[in-house]
Amino acid sequence: MSLLSLEQVTIRFGGLTAVAGVSLAVAEGEIVALIGPNGAGKSTLFNLVTGIYRPTSGTIRFDGAEIAGSPPHRLARAGIARTFQNIRLFPGQNLLQNTLTGAHTRGSWGLAGAILPFLPAVRREEGLLLEQAMHSLGVVGLATKAFEPAASLSYGEQRRLEIARALALSPRLLLLDEPAAGMNPQEKQSLGETVREIRAQGVTVLLVEHDMRFVMGISDRVVVLDHGVKIADGRPGEVRDNPAVIEAYLGHRGVGHA
Amino acid sequence: MLIDPYIQQILISIGIGVILAQGLNIITGLTGQLSLGHAAFMSIGAFSGALLTIRTGLPLPLALLAGGVVPALAALAVGWPILRLSGDYLAICTLGFAEIVKVVFLNLELTNRAFGLTVPQPETTIPLPLLVLLAALGVTLFAQSVRSSRFGRALMAIRDDEIAAAAAGIDVASHKLQAFAVSAFLAGVGGCLYAHVLGYINPSDFGFLKSVDMLAMVVLGGLGSVPGALLGATILGAAPELLRFMATYRMLVYGAMLVALMVFRPNGLLGGINLVEFVMRRSGRPPRRTGGSP
Repeated sequence: MSLLSLEQVTIRFGGLTAVAGVSLAVAEGEIVALIGPNGAGKSTLFNLVTGIYRPTSGTIRFDGAEIAGSPPHRLARAGIARTFQNIRLFPGQNLLQNTLTGAHTRGSWGLAGAILPFLPAVRREEGLLLEQAMHSLGVVGLATKAFEPAASLSYGEQRRLEIARALALSPRLLLLDEPAAGMNPQEKQSLGETVREIRAQGVTVLLVEHDMRFVMGISDRVVVLDHGVKIADGRPGEVRDNPAVIEAYLGHRGVGHA
Repeated sequence: MLIDPYIQQILISIGIGVILAQGLNIITGLTGQLSLGHAAFMSIGAFSGALLTIRTGLPLPLALLAGGVVPALAALAVGWPILRLSGDYLAICTLGFAEIVKVVFLNLELTNRAFGLTVPQPETTIPLPLLVLLAALGVTLFAQSVRSSRFGRALMAIRDDEIAAAAAGIDVASHKLQAFAVSAFLAGVGGCLYAHVLGYINPSDFGFLKSVDMLAMVVLGGLGSVPGALLGATILGAAPELLRFMATYRMLVYGAMLVALMVFRPNGLLGGINLVEFVMRRSGRPPRRTGGSP
């Protein structure tokens, strides 16, 4: 059974139909890339899956349960984590604090934990969150910078930190919105290795990316959107040779990097 | 008592200021939600605590607890509709709420209208000034604990980026509401202490200026900083007394001082300073790279 499935999902903003009747399934353990020209509806689709938008019509299922219209924090609790196209870190806090916040759903002590911080149960939980956060920083290779402020990181490192923060949630589904944007070739290569490692740990990955070489190298399956409509869905090789895709996307933008 | 009564007065005023500042800092500094009417919660705490003492002769600790719980409940009622919205609605609503509370207390038979209430001196085993300072210390430790807890991290995440906070699984509306209630609880405890220490309260004592005073302490010390709120409350609590020799010019200098501090340290005295790191650097440990917080 697929972990995430969209059926005939449509969302309109006033007169604009940003996503039109898209059906899509992502199986557990897959790496699926969502590509398409700017304005194709990729980020809108992410916002639908993470609860920021509610679809005008259609159903979205995660692990069998209908999730369309659930608030973002509840979907995060259900195991959906994401990064953002325009990086959204907590800039004044250090890397560890950013990642600890990402591990929020792994703990349960709220206000009571702040009133009684010395309780063994509270301290044990803090220890677990700390372990989880450091582990996530380790996965993206930023553990040595744990105590530096997030704002001091390079652009590529900030993207990695966002991934670490999302991983700290221990997600079942990880959505990466243009993870390679602004990275140099070495950074992109190590990002690809990181994503594969994340999948090897049992996390399903859905990503939006413009860099074709990166997408073709890493994905099990590629889904192409154009003007809110799905025009292709298949293995990277199939999609690359699909005339409709070449027409809509690669044709007038040139093959290779976007 | 060994300390001069005048000094005692100043210490009491500083202690209560610290409690109020730490409370306001939780909603405005940590959670990033501006409250311009915190004096209302102080007022509700003062009157509910005072009335309990007068009518039922409740021991002070219980009166203080009630003086915190009642305004916390009021905050939940006021915050429930407002805090689901993002933006500066809280500032405007708390401003209006504070005026309503003042006018209601000025006209209510229960609160003795504009005459105010005379509160009998409570019987306590430890002297009142010491009690106030201990309470201020306790509240400061609690504020520090909030800041380093899972709960506090959620609040700061909301302040920095609500969308990212929600994506991390944080229930934004619920956390804002909880922070607001905790903040009102502490304002109420501060107000209740104020009532019992001064022995007299009047609804007009808790006007807009009182709310601004509290905000000034937090901003002066550095929004979000717990030692900052302590320092801001101490300076602003002591300054009017220390400047008393200037007689007529006192408030003028006080105002100029605030302006100068904001010009030279716009983030507040301790804003953006990590005290632990600062001390380590001073003691000769290798400096860690610190980027300026944007």
